[in-house]
Amino acid sequence: MKNLLNIKNLWKSFTLHNLQKYIKAIQDINILVKEGEFIGITGKSGSGKSTILKCIYRTYLPENGSILYQSDNFGAIDISKATERQMIYLRKHEIGYVSQFLSVMPRTTAKEVVQQAVIEMGYDIDYAQFQAEKMLSHFELDIKLWDSYPNTFSGGEKLRLNIARAMVKRPRLLLLDEPTASLDNVSKIKVRELIEQLKSEGTTMLGIFHDIDFMQGLCDYQYNMQAGEVI
Amino acid sequence: MKGFEKPVLEIKNLNKQFGKGCSDCCDINEKKLEKNYCPECGTVYACQDISFELYGGEILGVVGESGSGKSTMMKCLYFDQEVTKGEGYLSSYKDGLMNIFNESSQQKRYIRNHVLGKVYQNPMLGLKMNFSSIGNIAQKLIAAGYRSVRDMESRGIDLLNHVNIPVFRMKEPPKNFSGGMQQRVQIAKALSNNPPVLLLDEVTTGLDLSVQANVLDLIKKIQRELGISMIVVSHDLAVIRMLANRTIVMLDGRIIEKGLTDQILEDPQHPYTQQLVHSLLV
Ligand SMILES: Nc1ncnc2c1ncn2[C@@H]1O[C@H](COP(=O)(O)OP(=O)(O)OP(=O)(O)O)[C@@H](O)[C@H]1O
Ligand SMILES: Nc1ncnc2c1ncn2[C@@H]1O[C@H](COP(=O)(O)OP(=O)(O)OP(=O)(O)O)[C@@H](O)[C@H]1O
Ligand SMILES: [Mg+2]
Ligand SMILES: [Mg+2]
Ligand SMILES: [Zn+2]
Repeated sequence: MKNLLNIKNLWKSFTLHNLQKYIKAIQDINILVKEGEFIGITGKSGSGKSTILKCIYRTYLPENGSILYQSDNFGAIDISKATERQMIYLRKHEIGYVSQFLSVMPRTTAKEVVQQAVIEMGYDIDYAQFQAEKMLSHFELDIKLWDSYPNTFSGGEKLRLNIARAMVKRPRLLLLDEPTASLDNVSKIKVRELIEQLKSEGTTMLGIFHDIDFMQGLCDYQYNMQAGEVI
Repeated sequence: MKGFEKPVLEIKNLNKQFGKGCSDCCDINEKKLEKNYCPECGTVYACQDISFELYGGEILGVVGESGSGKSTMMKCLYFDQEVTKGEGYLSSYKDGLMNIFNESSQQKRYIRNHVLGKVYQNPMLGLKMNFSSIGNIAQKLIAAGYRSVRDMESRGIDLLNHVNIPVFRMKEPPKNFSGGMQQRVQIAKALSNNPPVLLLDEVTTGLDLSVQANVLDLIKKIQRELGISMIVVSHDLAVIRMLANRTIVMLDGRIIEKGLTDQILEDPQHPYTQQLVHSLLV
């Protein structure tokens, strides 16, 4: 299998000028993700798990080190040095991010949320609508909810919408930041099935899970974090 | 391989000063002036070396405190004011080969009428308040080369529909309308020449929250459906968060930080940006 993502010696800290604070979040992280793999990250709260994913998505500016990604469009690219426009392209077409929180434009229905992700990629509205409906039924979001606003959804419904929005783009790399955090057991099992399904379809995933048991038998490799380092 | 796109607008080292400057500030460098003005002669350096690119279909956010030079920059881009120096290139004007700031006033008028649209915070600057609403739109259509009254009327009705102004009210002057409706007429007018670039300066400031939401939805819809590139200026980070893909932060006439909007919000680098983000969260 080819390497899809190769994180080398990644560092990130935060300087909070007004609070005169300096926070070391991660130090010297090395993570390798091959095509088609599901890689897990575990560790205590505050150990730096989300920081890694946010550096990959460039919500955080990586400080030191490199994040080599094998892009369909750009070839090998170091995400830590990519331009904003390159990142926007990668987010639109190749890299998805799913957390337990659903952030959507206000006054946008569930179906529109997924539809817009397709329109962003440059498709027309009819095709977007078709794909959105396909995804929402695929991930079993109740059809009664399609034309409602997601702010009223339950945790599980929000998550399914979140995943539908990310997956409708068929990303090559999916980043999962504790998607199951606020779910009950039944919903968690559903998510597990969903991830298995994505994996069988060939999606490469890098996921954070609090609950190690949940990852058993699911991931190809597991990294454990402690105080900003992989142990 | 995709990804080497050309910007629709490129600004290089735009400078705008009010006043002649003196020996103290003339060869201005950062160390000499603490803020954006010279205490000796009172010259205001409202925009200093502003450079950025705007790409097709994107919304570029501009934030910064009052007096940081946001409106001055927008006025320079729309030729409401003349730049002191700087370069600007529009891909849809002479293939982006000519510095628009060096063009003749006739050419600048052409650019305004054909390539740009602008929406002001104060509707009185963008609209004739006593003219009918459709008449306001017709004015810009005439400037853009429309001649037939019937064409103008049908285009005007399309536009008013697009911004949700009931067509039966099109003959009414904007002064009869609420603030939100006035902004929507302004937006219709700005869109009338199908500009590839739309400039929006604090267009929701001062409106009630629900009206504000309505106008923001409209802006988002326009970007989605028409693919127009926009520069959205606001001192309100919440507006920027909702609209912009990328964001520029200005302070004392300079760009102090730029980045993807979520990065600016979650991992701001400059002390001023951190303070700005902090004030949004509390
Ligand atoms: N945007 C930020 N600004 C300042 N400090 C941050 C920021 N993001 C993370 N940190 C700090 O970096 C460290 C690692 O945080 P991170 O969110 O990566 O942990 P985590 O392992 O995901 O924890 P959890 O399991 O609670 O989500 C923490 O000390 C945190 O406070
Ligand atoms: N015509 C003018 N003559 C002199 N000074 C001016 C003029 N217009 C603007 N200035 C000054 O230029 C600076 C930038 O003003 P500008 O209106 O661009 O700020 P802004 O960022 O839009 O602020 P706000 O958020 O309050 O609208 C200010 O110090 C202002 O006083
Ligand atoms: Mg976390
Ligand atoms: Mg202003
Ligand atoms: Zn001076």
